[in-house]
Amino acid sequence: MELGKQAGLKPYPQPLRNVFGEALLNVARDNEKVVVLDGDLGNSTKTEYVRQTFPDRFFNIGIAESNLVGIGAGLAACGFVPWITSFSSFLLCNAYDQIRLAVAMSNINAKVLGSHGGITLGKDGPTQMGIEDLALMGGLPTFVILVPSDPASMHAAVKAATDYVGPVFLRSSRVALPEIYPMDNCPFEIGKANVVRQGSDLTIVACGIMVAAALDAAAVLAKEGIEARVLDMHTIRPMDVDALAAAARETGAIVTAEEHLLQGGMGSNVARVVAEQHPVPMRFVGLADTYTESGDPDDLLRKYKLTAVDIAAAAREAYAAKAG
Amino acid sequence: MDANPKTAVSELNEIARQMRLDILEMTTQAGSGHPSSSFSATEIVTALYFGGVLCYRPDEPLWPERDRFIMSKGHAAPLLYAALARAGYIERDLIWTLREVDSPVQGHPIQNVLPGVEATTGSLGQGLSAGVGHVLGGRLNQLDYRVYVLLGDGECEAGQVWEAAMAAAHFQADNLVAILDYNKFQETGPISREMALEPLVDKWRSFGWHVEEADGHDVADLLAKFAAVEAVKGQPSIIIAHTVKGKGVSFVEADFTFHGRALTPQQAELAREELNGTR
Repeated sequence: MELGKQAGLKPYPQPLRNVFGEALLNVARDNEKVVVLDGDLGNSTKTEYVRQTFPDRFFNIGIAESNLVGIGAGLAACGFVPWITSFSSFLLCNAYDQIRLAVAMSNINAKVLGSHGGITLGKDGPTQMGIEDLALMGGLPTFVILVPSDPASMHAAVKAATDYVGPVFLRSSRVALPEIYPMDNCPFEIGKANVVRQGSDLTIVACGIMVAAALDAAAVLAKEGIEARVLDMHTIRPMDVDALAAAARETGAIVTAEEHLLQGGMGSNVARVVAEQHPVPMRFVGLADTYTESGDPDDLLRKYKLTAVDIAAAAREAYAAKAG
Repeated sequence: MDANPKTAVSELNEIARQMRLDILEMTTQAGSGHPSSSFSATEIVTALYFGGVLCYRPDEPLWPERDRFIMSKGHAAPLLYAALARAGYIERDLIWTLREVDSPVQGHPIQNVLPGVEATTGSLGQGLSAGVGHVLGGRLNQLDYRVYVLLGDGECEAGQVWEAAMAAAHFQADNLVAILDYNKFQETGPISREMALEPLVDKWRSFGWHVEEADGHDVADLLAKFAAVEAVKGQPSIIIAHTVKGKGVSFVEADFTFHGRALTPQQAELAREELNGTR
């Protein structure tokens, strides 16, 4: 993948899922109450690092997502901090009712990992892709929803999620993402978006892998004389209303970019906030009411219009609408 | 109370009778609820809470060493609330606010809203998984409490019950006891007609469980079975309790359509007389 190249970001050698696995191992090491529940995908989600190091605190519940969530909830009630892990598509779509009752409605201290979010997961195809996870999680009051955008923010997010008392959903990706933040110094506060690029002509609000793409787009736009602010909206809920209000007021146009369906994802939530706070022209980059297909991640991102090129095009439109 | 004193069977039967009256008043006053599903499991819950089976501290609901009781058939919430009030977890006056706005006594039990509710239930099939989680948690915490989960029979149509059954056997959860309130009816009719469950004993055995059967309205038999399964090692146990839906009120026993509805005030008066033996 060429994500971050135009913005001059440094590639990171490991896929984000491996970074998650390391981050999870770190919190398990620091906090003996952390337990990990696996839906028989530990070798894909990289929870296997915990299995290898702390086998007593790792439970493979098998291919039974409903039970996976229910057992995790029981462990939370015993004072543990369960990380309930699987692909976001399988976990949320199979066990939504269990996440709703046993975690969200009960407001317990459980963490849900949805890995393989988005369409960039190799060539396994649409059955394995989590393109609706943010919309589904949006339907569960009490949940904090996190989407880290690079290795450092993944480490910070896993730690913040573990330390936070209450239900947290964290989305991870299979692919390698370039470094946006220094590994040892990533600002990460739940509910507080990070400005990763200053700019006053418009704001690109992005999450996950689209933050690097947004920085690439901003680099291209800069050559055209358009200075884009880029907001890393790593927390989808609670959403940083102040950052969005400031972006709307100060830059006058907003583009959102997410590796998710446009319906019910980050962009539609941003739009609600902007509409209330300070309406400005907006454009939305995301999956437009469609499932995708098997294919190389780069090919899929191009075909389904989730690249820096697509973000830049949307930005030009929003910028023109602002001027007009 | 850490260890409940043994109560005489005659006294337990009287407690069960009073709990049925509480359930009747709660649901009639609310104008909705599941009295018949609560009546069928009244002796089971009475034996657990007041027959010396469960160890608990009502003034410390989250006491780490407590035995757990999970009402997986959440629609029998009125029965659970009657027991929690009688055991001293909650003020008795609270149960008369069942299903009213601003009351923690919700139509189905919600965890972390009312003391003594161990799991949010009401979407059927979920309680046994929570029970397995409590077993694993107890193991990690090196506590030797026991975990009891009350299942409905119709609930056993849900796949998650069997996912949890498989996991409980896999983890050799011998401190886990499921009780099946086998009243033979689900919402829309007889189970044998709507979605056959038999052979139930064979199903649980094949999933690696120790199985006992009991008369679910005979407190002495239930207590004997609870004692018997304490000796089982290396596998979880289930007590399949044969029950009568609506037990205790003849015209409710005779009509399964009372599943999801309360008695009218006129019917409640008849039921009250029957439960009080004044009819």
